[in-house]
Amino acid sequence: MPFVNWLKRNLVVIAGLLTLGYLLLPNVVVTVFSFNKPKGRFNYEWQQFSLDAWKDPCGVSGLCGSLSLSLQIAFWATLGATLLGTLIAFALVRYRFRARGAVNSLIFLPMAMPEVVMAASLLTLFLNMGAQLGFWTILIAHIMFCLSFVVTAVKARVMSMDPKLEEAARDLYAGPFQTFVRVTLPIAAPGIAAGALLAFALSFDDFIITNFNAGSTVTFPMYVWGSAQRGTPVQINVIGTTMFVVAVLFVLVSMVAGNRRNRQKA
Amino acid sequence: MTNQTGPGGDVRLTGIAKTYGAFTAVHPLDLTVPQGSFFALLGASGCGKTTTLRMIAGLEEPSAGTVFLGDQDVTALPPYKRPVNTVFQSYALFPHLDIFENVAFGLRRRGLKSVKKQVEEMLELVQLGEQARKKPHQLSGGQQQRVAVARALINHPKVLLLDEPLGALDLKLRRQMQLELKRIQTEVGITFIHVTHDQEEAMTMADTVAVMNGGRVEQLGAPTDLYENPRTTFVANFLGTSNFIEAEVDSRSGEEIVLKAGGGKLVLPEARCSAPTATGGKVLVGVRPEKISLSHADDAGEIPEGRNRITGRIADSSFIGVSTQYVVDSPVCSDFEVYAQNIDRDPRLVPGAEVVLHWNPAHTFGLDAAQDADAGVEEAA
Amino acid sequence: MSTLTEAPPPLAPQAPEPKRPKRRGRLTPYWLLLPGIVWLLVFFALPMIYQASTSVQTGSLEAGYKVTWHFATYWDALSAYWPQFVRSVLYAGTATILCLLLGYPLAYLIAFRAGRWKNLIMILVIAPFFTSFLIRTLAWKTILADGGPVVGALNTLHVLDVTNWLGMTAGDRVLATPLAVVCGLTYNFLPFMILPLYTSLERIDGRLHEAAGDLYARPWTTFRKVTFPLSMPGVVSGTLLTFIPAAGDYVNADLLGSTDTRMVGNVIQTQFLRVLDYPTAAALSFILMAAILLMVTFYIRRSGTEDLV
Repeated sequence: MPFVNWLKRNLVVIAGLLTLGYLLLPNVVVTVFSFNKPKGRFNYEWQQFSLDAWKDPCGVSGLCGSLSLSLQIAFWATLGATLLGTLIAFALVRYRFRARGAVNSLIFLPMAMPEVVMAASLLTLFLNMGAQLGFWTILIAHIMFCLSFVVTAVKARVMSMDPKLEEAARDLYAGPFQTFVRVTLPIAAPGIAAGALLAFALSFDDFIITNFNAGSTVTFPMYVWGSAQRGTPVQINVIGTTMFVVAVLFVLVSMVAGNRRNRQKA
Repeated sequence: MTNQTGPGGDVRLTGIAKTYGAFTAVHPLDLTVPQGSFFALLGASGCGKTTTLRMIAGLEEPSAGTVFLGDQDVTALPPYKRPVNTVFQSYALFPHLDIFENVAFGLRRRGLKSVKKQVEEMLELVQLGEQARKKPHQLSGGQQQRVAVARALINHPKVLLLDEPLGALDLKLRRQMQLELKRIQTEVGITFIHVTHDQEEAMTMADTVAVMNGGRVEQLGAPTDLYENPRTTFVANFLGTSNFIEAEVDSRSGEEIVLKAGGGKLVLPEARCSAPTATGGKVLVGVRPEKISLSHADDAGEIPEGRNRITGRIADSSFIGVSTQYVVDSPVCSDFEVYAQNIDRDPRLVPGAEVVLHWNPAHTFGLDAAQDADAGVEEAA
Repeated sequence: MSTLTEAPPPLAPQAPEPKRPKRRGRLTPYWLLLPGIVWLLVFFALPMIYQASTSVQTGSLEAGYKVTWHFATYWDALSAYWPQFVRSVLYAGTATILCLLLGYPLAYLIAFRAGRWKNLIMILVIAPFFTSFLIRTLAWKTILADGGPVVGALNTLHVLDVTNWLGMTAGDRVLATPLAVVCGLTYNFLPFMILPLYTSLERIDGRLHEAAGDLYARPWTTFRKVTFPLSMPGVVSGTLLTFIPAAGDYVNADLLGSTDTRMVGNVIQTQFLRVLDYPTAAALSFILMAAILLMVTFYIRRSGTEDLV
């Protein structure tokens, strides 16, 4: 029974590919429905092919404004979290100090906490302080929950770094600042970049914490949430599809470029 | 390549010591490395040799003592202000820079703008001119090692420190690189201080070897001197193999000491004895395995007069090509090792045979019997 | 010198040496930590304290709230909303198990069987992240639509009969049932299962499989005795990274479920943002946090894994 044997050998491959299909199916639906021309306010049923939404992606009021706000917040949150997180990661890997365990727990806890708990407690703080909810409260919250992820990513990289490299730099006439700029930072860069990318993605896509602490400010995820109650414009799908395609292309291009560079050097 | 150091470029350590909490890595130590010499610090892991090297480099702060380079006290200088460069154990090549930039690193940090010519010359010296634009991970272990040497040497340091630089290479490559490093050192005339746990490596390369043990220098001298005339059992065992017989001082005749061991007598030149030699005192008599001749007991009469001799029975023999190694059981010492060149093999010398071991008394050395005869055996293995 | 008599490996590193000499700056680590740690203390730890205090306050929105150590709020909240708590644990637990069952083959495929497709599959696993998860969750409304092909297929295969019997669906509908919520949770948190699984699988030396095969283990035995135990760190962190956010989620229950599928997240959100009953919301949130921390601690102890993320 060659077929049964083949099936047995490749069972895990088939199962894995099915899971991959499950993961990608919604993206396919999002893409297909970006070409839909829905009858009512909701874009859940296929009606007819149309390029309307693609021709006018900002055609719904508030959509592109919320998108630009989300990008701004993600940018600043990434910057803040990457800076603070990298400092913490270096302190944790490179120095022995008291309160190490406490610091580690404080880093770990936000990642082990359901978002809704952090969201609610942060709102309590803001309400008690009488803070004006909006751009700044969202930014503060995003830096807070991105921080731990940056620390984890950078820490892993710095830990795998040979401390002898920095000794070698100091031995070769590089002072503390030169050593950091010429050796430590370039070698830690992939970890910092990974942390920053993660922070950007987390911040840009965050809904729960933002929803609690945004007041009347509307980020892109909140716009989508609101439209799920009022009516979903096709433009949402256009933006979702564009983000997906741009991200995949970006990764593919950087991968191909990396491969080519390696091949030339070899 | 020119040697830029003026006269008085010796490395002098005075009373230098390093402690980590309760652990003493290096006991107060005085050491002078003459300018232009190839100096080796030899010892097992944890003997303090690397710590000593790192204190010279400035990577480790001494708990006490002073480091002089020539007349200058550099103890308080950070590594980047010392005219000293290091070849690290795992090379520590910068993975994000290519070979050219690795070698140019020190020059650039000192503000030199046009480094191209110097770097290219340096890469030629270590035969890596073709590899300038490759990244370190694309090179073999031997090539990486040469880059590490080039990266340090290009700065014309007063002293080049080598921290087990050949440890990661396979045996054949290691032999090749030993000769290569020796050639480079002769060519550039810079002082080399080489840390190693490999006694053969130290003896092949260095003019002077300091054997370290437990944070102290056990003995210092030229390789032949250390090998032929060790002053402690640790040195005797760490450098090569030694046989020891516990003996008692019987009498003296001129420059020679006569000792009693078991029923027999052994002769030892007084100059080669580092133990107190009062009559009745105990002495460990040492002799290297390759100095000993082996005769079958039936031929005992043919052995010339004036040689030290003991009797025994062959316990084991193993043929290893150029020589045959015997283990002989003797009343004065079990497991006596003898290496016999395979010139004319005596077919009677098989395990169980009764034999006489004999050697020229000039090859005997005497050590203080108060020490452990097996010190350094494990480390050298 | 007794410590020196053991034969050291020839390339062993030298003597205990600290990583770097401390010439100056014992305070340096504290300066590095200061900004980030202050941020976490003020915007993560302090809010927890505020929340704890809010949960024992009484009063009204108009008259203001005061701390009266009114612990009854906890009891009231639990007795009013225990079904939502149970649902949260049930849905999140089911989704976690499904994630493990679905994610393991894919992680295994990427780690050992993908060959030159490895990077591409990896990208495809991560790429959906770049489309807002709310948009992707809304797509499930289309996929699970009444009378759609998916529901039709499930009906034909009598899967719906089974789920009806389990109480996870009702009649011919999938949308607005527990099944839809679990399906959405599983989908949303699947990558959080796959990535740690893949990381720990990838660390496994391929020669171990050959060694197991050489020692008479059949493929399934090899998996059970070698691969799976070695991937335990990934399983532990994967299940935690899936269960924790799933238990606190309210988006899936809101978008794909109905009023009968509301989870504790929904209640907290409503109490906080709509009803403005802060003490009850704070108490619920605190209970959820305590429950999850307890579970996580117990789970980590049991599985004996320290390296979580």
